[in-house]
This record gives sequence, structure tokens and C-alpha cells, in this order.
Amino acid sequence: MFDIKDIYEAKSVKDAVSHLEAHPNAKIIAGGSDVLIKIREGKLAGCELVSIFKLDELRGVELTMQGDIKIKPLTSFSHITNDPVIKRYVGVLGEAVDQVGGPQIRNIGTIGGNICNGVTSADSASTLFAFDAEVEITGSEGTRLIPIKDFYKGPGQVDLKPAEILTAIYVRKASYEGYFGSYIKYSMRKAMDIATLGCSVNVKLTEDKKAFEDIRIAFGVAGPVPMRSPSAESAGRGKKINAELIESIGKAALEDVNPRTSWRASREFRLQLVEELTKRALKKSIELAGGAY
Amino acid sequence: MEKVLIRFTLNGKKVTSAIDPRWSLADLLRGGEHKHTGTKKSCEVGECGACTVIINDETYNSCIYLAIWADGKSIRTIEGLTGENGELSDIQQAFVDEGAIQCGFCTPGFIMSSLPILESGREYTRDEIRKLLSGNLCRCTGYKNIIDAVEKTMKARLEKKQQL
Repeated sequence: MFDIKDIYEAKSVKDAVSHLEAHPNAKIIAGGSDVLIKIREGKLAGCELVSIFKLDELRGVELTMQGDIKIKPLTSFSHITNDPVIKRYVGVLGEAVDQVGGPQIRNIGTIGGNICNGVTSADSASTLFAFDAEVEITGSEGTRLIPIKDFYKGPGQVDLKPAEILTAIYVRKASYEGYFGSYIKYSMRKAMDIATLGCSVNVKLTEDKKAFEDIRIAFGVAGPVPMRSPSAESAGRGKKINAELIESIGKAALEDVNPRTSWRASREFRLQLVEELTKRALKKSIELAGGAY
Repeated sequence: MEKVLIRFTLNGKKVTSAIDPRWSLADLLRGGEHKHTGTKKSCEVGECGACTVIINDETYNSCIYLAIWADGKSIRTIEGLTGENGELSDIQQAFVDEGAIQCGFCTPGFIMSSLPILESGREYTRDEIRKLLSGNLCRCTGYKNIIDAVEKTMKARLEKKQQL
């Protein structure tokens, strides 16, 4: 039995919002693989919950008329990995979330919960950063759309005002079309572990596949929140691909990151991972895009 | 807290349960009127997989699944695998034969996690089996015998299917 003061099962997004307005201390529970554990640990003991788990309107992946990918927040990791739209257009996101926890966690864990927790290690977050994803937030006054980089306010803090709910994640057509990406999670175990560092890269090559038309590099656990590396990206953008360039992009990534020492790994080790994983993910992305280095 | 009524299918049978909304599904299965104590509770934070059950064809840790969410769902537990007179199913027998059981506490969870592999009708590599069982912990066997049991049952079922 969980130490819960009250739990309300929302009937719709609107119903959830109005219940949250009436109960300002209530916490939203989606799949529960973080919330229920915090309750068990005592951190959230005695809390009031609003469950949105049964809102099927918030489940699934769609390709919009404009060709954008709309990911609804309650879509589980395993459903994202197996979704035909994700597989076809942003396969790297499916591969990234296939590295979360274990099979049972990937069946219950939701992509919305993964980013609303605001943790830097979220396996979906760096790839969503790398694709300039936008998030749709719904409250009593309607919806607002913000870039994912503005959604993260600080460790464990996201831009959700009281009684607001994340209702969609968009990856725009212009952001994914022609791009090929790779995510590398470094962790001590292959399963049931949190990333020591995560690196998500995607590239668009020129027509002759000899140079980077565009390049995007994002990290998890390289700072208090997931982040992009503008220095590494500009070190590569528009340049001819060769081994030296890849080395210099790896080095340039070090200018933007600020990892910390934790019991999992030291700052120095994480810096080494930033450089090395950037190079490996870049090479993999180049190969996927049909280029060579 | 006031009890709520939920309806769900348990191992193929339609059932109704009055539950405390604070219960996990593991609480409901073990402690409710069903007394399905084959589902084990161990870490209770979704790390060890001992409480794994199948909900609508997918594996879940029942310790971190709220019982109220079970309303309308089809749930399978280890109790649903044995025959009418308690005969073991092929996968249970394979666990016995391969020495995949020592203390046995993790066994129901491992067997439930193996069902999507066995029922998919496709052949998985040992590495794929390892990945699909990576949400379950065993502190006795060292895993090799567990993977052997699942692989053996998978191959036997595929062979049987081909003969039909």
C-alpha cells in the first residue's frame, strides 16, 4: 500500500486541469515509475495525486498534415520504440528510449514523465534537444508551445505552472527531414541503470555526402539539465568531413559542458566521455547518412 | 480510504474487486480475495521484477502499478499457467529441468517476463533473450540456466508450430 492522502482519476485533460486548480498541492501521476518510487522512499509520502494514466487521448504518435511528428506524452517507451512513424523518421529516439531501465519499466514509463521530471539523465531528453523539439502545455487558459530548451528551468524543475499539463511533444519536419542520428548512453550496466553520460547527435550531409550541411549535438548529465553544444556544432557545420574535423568537434564540445562529480562518476571522467561519445555518435551518424570519415 | 470497485479479467476469468485506492496491483493480487501469492514482492520499487505480471499482453512490475489502473484490463499471473490439476506448463517444467530455480523467489517473475518471448512465435537470440529478461534479478543462479530454460522452451514451441 502506498502512503497516498488522496488520488483522483482524471476523466479528461480539462478535468485534470480543473482538479489541479482546486487542489494546488496535488501531484500529477502518469506511469508512476518515478512518483510511486518517491512515495515509497518517503519523499512524496502523504501526497495528493491526480492520475492521468487512463487518458488515452494523451497516448500515441501521429504524423500531422504538415509532416510534423506529434508524440503524445503518455506514450510508453516501448510504444515509441515500436512506432512506425518514429522508426521511419526519428529512429534514434526509439533507440534512445529502448535503453531506459528494463522491459517492464519501458512498458510503464512515459516520454512525458521522462521530461517533466526535469532530470538531466533522461534518455529521451538529449535526443529531443538535438531535434529542437517543442512541447505543448495545456492549462485553464488554453495551450502554449515552447522549445524544449526553455522547458527545463533547472535540476528537477520544468516550466509547468500550477494546474498545467504537458499535452504533446512535436518534432518538426524541418528538424528531422534529411537528418540521421545516433544516441550513446554510457552506463555501468546495460540495463536498469541511469546514464553516466548520454550523447545524442544528428547530422545532415551535403548532396555529395562529403561535408556537414548541419550538425546537432546534445548531452544528458553534462550539466544540471540536458543541453546542446553550440561550440561543437559550429566547429562542424559546413565543413568537409575528415578524421581531424571529428577530433576537433569532440574537443569543442568541452567548451560548453559543465558536468559534476557524483558517486556515479567524476567530472573528469564525464569530460572524457563528452569528447569520446561525441566522436563515436558523430561517426555512427555519418555512416547512417551514407557518408564516410 | 473508501474502497472502490474495479472489474478486470484475471487469468481469463472476469472478476470484481473492492479495493483500497492506495493499493498496488501486487497488493491486490496477493492480499485481495484472490490470494494469488505466486506474484512475489521484493524490492517494491520496480527494480527486481519479482512481481512481474502481464497486463494486456505487456509485462509490468505490479509493485509500481496502481490497483485502480487494473480496471478493465486483462491480467495474467503465474497461477494462470498451470493446468487444472496443477500440472506444470512447458516453461515451468523447463525451469525445473534446467536448474533455473534455486531459492525460487524470482522464478514467477522470470517466467512471466519470458511469456512475450515464447508467445511471439519468433526466434530470439540469446542476447535478445538477455535483454528481454534484464528487468528481472536473480541472486542464485547466475542467469545462465534461466536463459537456457527460456531458449529451450522457445525452440520446442517453434518446432511444434512448424510440425503443425
